[in-house]
Amino acid sequence: MITLKEVEKIAHLSKLSLSESEKQKFVVELGNILGFVEKLDQLDLKNVAATSHAVEVTNVFREDKIVNTNVKEKALAMAPEAEGDFFRVPKVL
Amino acid sequence: MMEKELLQKSIHEIAPKLKNREISAHELARFQIERIESLDSKLGAYLHICKEKALTQAKAIDEKIAKGNYTGPLMGIPLGPKDIYLTEGIPTTCASKILEGYVPPYNSTVIQKLLESGMVIVGKINMDEFAMGSSNENSAYKQVKNPWNLDCVPGGSSGGSAAAVSADLCFASLGTDTGGSIRQPASLCSIVGLKPTYGRVSRYGVIAFASSLDQMGPMTKDVEDCALLMNAIAGYDARDSTSIDMSIPDYTSFLRKPVKGLKIGMPREYFAEGIHPSVRDAVQKAVASLEKMGAIVSEVSLPNTEYACAVYYILAPAEASSNLARFDGVRYGLRAKATTLHELYENTKTQGFGPEVKRRIMLGTYVLSAGYYDAYYLKAQKARTLIRNDFLEVFKKVDVLATPTAPTTAFKLGEKTSDPVCMYLSDICTIPVNLAGLPGMSLPCGFDDKNLPIGLQLIGKPFDEGTLFTVAHAYEQAHSWHLKKPSL
Repeated sequence: MITLKEVEKIAHLSKLSLSESEKQKFVVELGNILGFVEKLDQLDLKNVAATSHAVEVTNVFREDKIVNTNVKEKALAMAPEAEGDFFRVPKVL
Repeated sequence: MMEKELLQKSIHEIAPKLKNREISAHELARFQIERIESLDSKLGAYLHICKEKALTQAKAIDEKIAKGNYTGPLMGIPLGPKDIYLTEGIPTTCASKILEGYVPPYNSTVIQKLLESGMVIVGKINMDEFAMGSSNENSAYKQVKNPWNLDCVPGGSSGGSAAAVSADLCFASLGTDTGGSIRQPASLCSIVGLKPTYGRVSRYGVIAFASSLDQMGPMTKDVEDCALLMNAIAGYDARDSTSIDMSIPDYTSFLRKPVKGLKIGMPREYFAEGIHPSVRDAVQKAVASLEKMGAIVSEVSLPNTEYACAVYYILAPAEASSNLARFDGVRYGLRAKATTLHELYENTKTQGFGPEVKRRIMLGTYVLSAGYYDAYYLKAQKARTLIRNDFLEVFKKVDVLATPTAPTTAFKLGEKTSDPVCMYLSDICTIPVNLAGLPGMSLPCGFDDKNLPIGLQLIGKPFDEGTLFTVAHAYEQAHSWHLKKPSL
């Protein structure tokens, strides 16, 4: 259903680091869940449109207007590390 | 009057006493917090109690009432929102280590509305981490226990909310419902829980799980209280792009209306194998009782019901894996030790997320990854159309559907934790309602032979919460299951 190599690739894409035993567990568990959802193959969906939202909604645009949300200081106060008006992170490359 | 008796009252019963100043909001908040402090060690329903803030807020409300500024029945009523609602100045963790210590800079729209109605926040309530779970066993902090039997789960993900309301540790809670997270725990703890129509209540400022399914709603001691909370929280919000701009009725106007002539459908797929006989019997009896009151009952069919869980376990993890990408240790919450940015992301997520959250991120990332999108996500979205069409078709013939809320009563702690697929099937009766975006309510309809509660689920047409209130209130008043309290 899902191989160890695929689990490793998905973990990398998800930015999760897994122990060997966690990887093995995911091979089994994700395999079971994917096996369970295979049930959908029984359906004929050729001429069925996809539903992305249950209630039909259209995109909402609003005027590009500056409003003062006034949360900069509060937001920066919750940051693990900040400098001036910026969130500080370790080196990118 | 004894403090305990006061705290057992519903909102609509206690509100006149606050209005007439027989009791003050300050006293009520103090009694409520004392009860939480003495009983919650048994239940684990609260993650945070905000005593000082609550008492200060209550005092301000008393001053307003003393000046003759009584504004409505929610004024001075203690509220315990699920810890997924952002509350300005009050910690919000989503029961996750990744948000430990986080104090939001603003309120969710729903919280803001309830504060403006005069409700007093006494604390924040435990849940499954990021609302992922059906038993509340996925909280990163502590297990919630079912007040009706401390060896059993309260349901999930709003399990803390259901336990707290049922044990009178708050007058009402706010839950969230992506696949049944308001209704299933309401059923397992014998309270009333409503998932409104998708778009009816603002999602702004509520931590997102699966955005095309998430809906916010009240969890209360009875149907009338549920209507009172809906009156305060429903409505359009420009800050939620999927919020619907429609007029909102007075939900209390649907109470005390006759059910005579209302057409109730019983979908046969919800009474089939997999539903415990005691649950099936209680729900059938409840429908028979509505029939005696003059409702017209018929059997109907929702043929694609059996595919709902599979659809959900593709769509919900896919949307979650995208939503949870924001928890990266940069702007708030946990930041793990790291020397590069990539390490910062990876270490923070690895240390901050619990096992079920990781499982769903992995699953969601897989089904959305290159080469698999059509095979899983698109296929599930198409199957979702079939499930939605089933409902729209039966609603041409009936006004409301009646089903069990959950296939069983409360199960034992630890009973299903080792088998994710088995746990996922706890939501088999509630998931289709989210996929179709419909309103669904759970209300108490009896007990099994172990004295564990059973819930009746009512499903309505889009934006027709009103009919749910009519049917639920008529049934509740005829049977009074809601007056039965767990002994603690």
